[in-house]
Amino acid sequence: MDLVTPSIGLVFWTSLAFICLLILLRKFAWKPILGAIHEREQSIDEALNKAELAKQEMARLTAQNQDLMQQARAERDEILKEAKTLKDGILNEAKKQAQVEGSKLIEKAKIEIENQKKAALAEVKDQVSTLSLEIAERVLRTQLDDKSKQEALVANLLKDVELN
Amino acid sequence: MDCNQVLVSKVKKVIVVFTLLIAFLSIKIDTFAQVDSAVIPVDSVVAESAEAVSGQHGAVEHGKEKFEPTKVIMEHIADSHMWHLWGHTSLPLPVILYTNGGLEVFSSGNFHHGEHDYVGKYNTYRLEEDHIKVVGADGKIDEEASVLDFSITKNVAAMFVAILVILIVFISVAGAYKKRVGKSPKGLQSFIEPIIIFVRDDIAKPNIGHKYAKFMPYLLTTFFFILFNNIFGLIPIFPGGANVTGNIALTFVMALGTMIIVNINGNKYYWKHIFKPDVPFWLYPIMIPVELIGIISKPFALMIRLFANITAGHIIVLSLISLIFIFETLAIAPVSVAFVLFMDVLELLVAFLQAFIFTLLTALFIGMAVEEHH
Repeated sequence: MDLVTPSIGLVFWTSLAFICLLILLRKFAWKPILGAIHEREQSIDEALNKAELAKQEMARLTAQNQDLMQQARAERDEILKEAKTLKDGILNEAKKQAQVEGSKLIEKAKIEIENQKKAALAEVKDQVSTLSLEIAERVLRTQLDDKSKQEALVANLLKDVELN
Repeated sequence: MDCNQVLVSKVKKVIVVFTLLIAFLSIKIDTFAQVDSAVIPVDSVVAESAEAVSGQHGAVEHGKEKFEPTKVIMEHIADSHMWHLWGHTSLPLPVILYTNGGLEVFSSGNFHHGEHDYVGKYNTYRLEEDHIKVVGADGKIDEEASVLDFSITKNVAAMFVAILVILIVFISVAGAYKKRVGKSPKGLQSFIEPIIIFVRDDIAKPNIGHKYAKFMPYLLTTFFFILFNNIFGLIPIFPGGANVTGNIALTFVMALGTMIIVNINGNKYYWKHIFKPDVPFWLYPIMIPVELIGIISKPFALMIRLFANITAGHIIVLSLISLIFIFETLAIAPVSVAFVLFMDVLELLVAFLQAFIFTLLTALFIGMAVEEHH
């Protein structure tokens, strides 16, 4: 029975000591310890959150870079394609133009040739006429020694003129 | 709640081990008791005959005290006005008495282990079975005289030692937190911090909820006070060895503290649950007394649990040691020591377990008192 009878002295000292301990530890131990633990936990959480955000930002940036690269590549392809078509166009145009120019030149040459031909023909005609006139003169000189013959010729010539 | 499962399995294991041990002990003590009862008559016969032959010889025989395990164990379990150090050396502790005449303070060394009476200012005192009694004028103990014993007994002194250690440890740890702001814990700090976090995250938060912060100082102080006193109780030499947490007075104070904290912080739902429970009104005459008893019985269970667990552990260890003296042979010593070692390890677990359970149940009761019903 002695064992389960609380003695007044021990009850008193335990109460006193425990209350003192509670007050002392509360002020000098638990407050700073719990405060420090809480603060550290918060800073760790914050750091982890920040790291997560940084990771996300990194991923975003990488994706963006990828996108940009893709875009650039597409653009380059576009430009190349455009350049090719342009080149093809220019070539075709040039060919066409060359053809046109060529044909024009040929045309011109033809006309020139024609002209030259005409001129040459005209000259030939001229020369032929001159030559024939000279020949005619010489023939006439020889033939127009007598008067009758002259007259006959004039008449003949007049006839010719009229015909013309 | 996986923590609770672990706990349950641990408790089961402890129960199995205890049962085996008690079974073993009962067999041993039983066989011994038979031997003892057989020996005593022979012994006394021898003594008597020896006395008859020669008075001197008889006196020598009487001088050899018979070993009484119950008395020895109870002496160790109970409180004392001396702190036994070794052999015949004891540390006298101050005696503080509140008598009719007034306060009386003197050293317990004046009793000379109860062999002498001490004549104080107001009365003459005698130490009988470690209780201080007033001696009347006729030289007999005056049972009528009321004297309140506020002495610094062995338990009080051991508790002060534990408190001193707690204060040194935790104030130095708090200092470490101030010195190493925001850094990882180091040394003692890293040993203490997980326990503090355990109390916070596994005891306070799940049981009390978001209002846990207000009760953290009480829960932590309770936990470490019980834990340190339990561990000091396991150390057999000075300044340990006192059965502080296995004393009903201490567990009574702790349980009273819990009861006061719970009932002071009880909200209207808590009181409504007691005085207007959700039962038909004709059940009130049964329910209200039951609930009122519940207020007392919860801390009462706390008090008994801690007291019984620690005292039982001490009794088992002392019983095992006593085996050596009961058998009066050194051959049993290795067995005893092996079992004591085993029990000490188990008691170390129990020291943590009981501190944990006391704190957990306190948190649970507080949680029930501050819970909001919607």
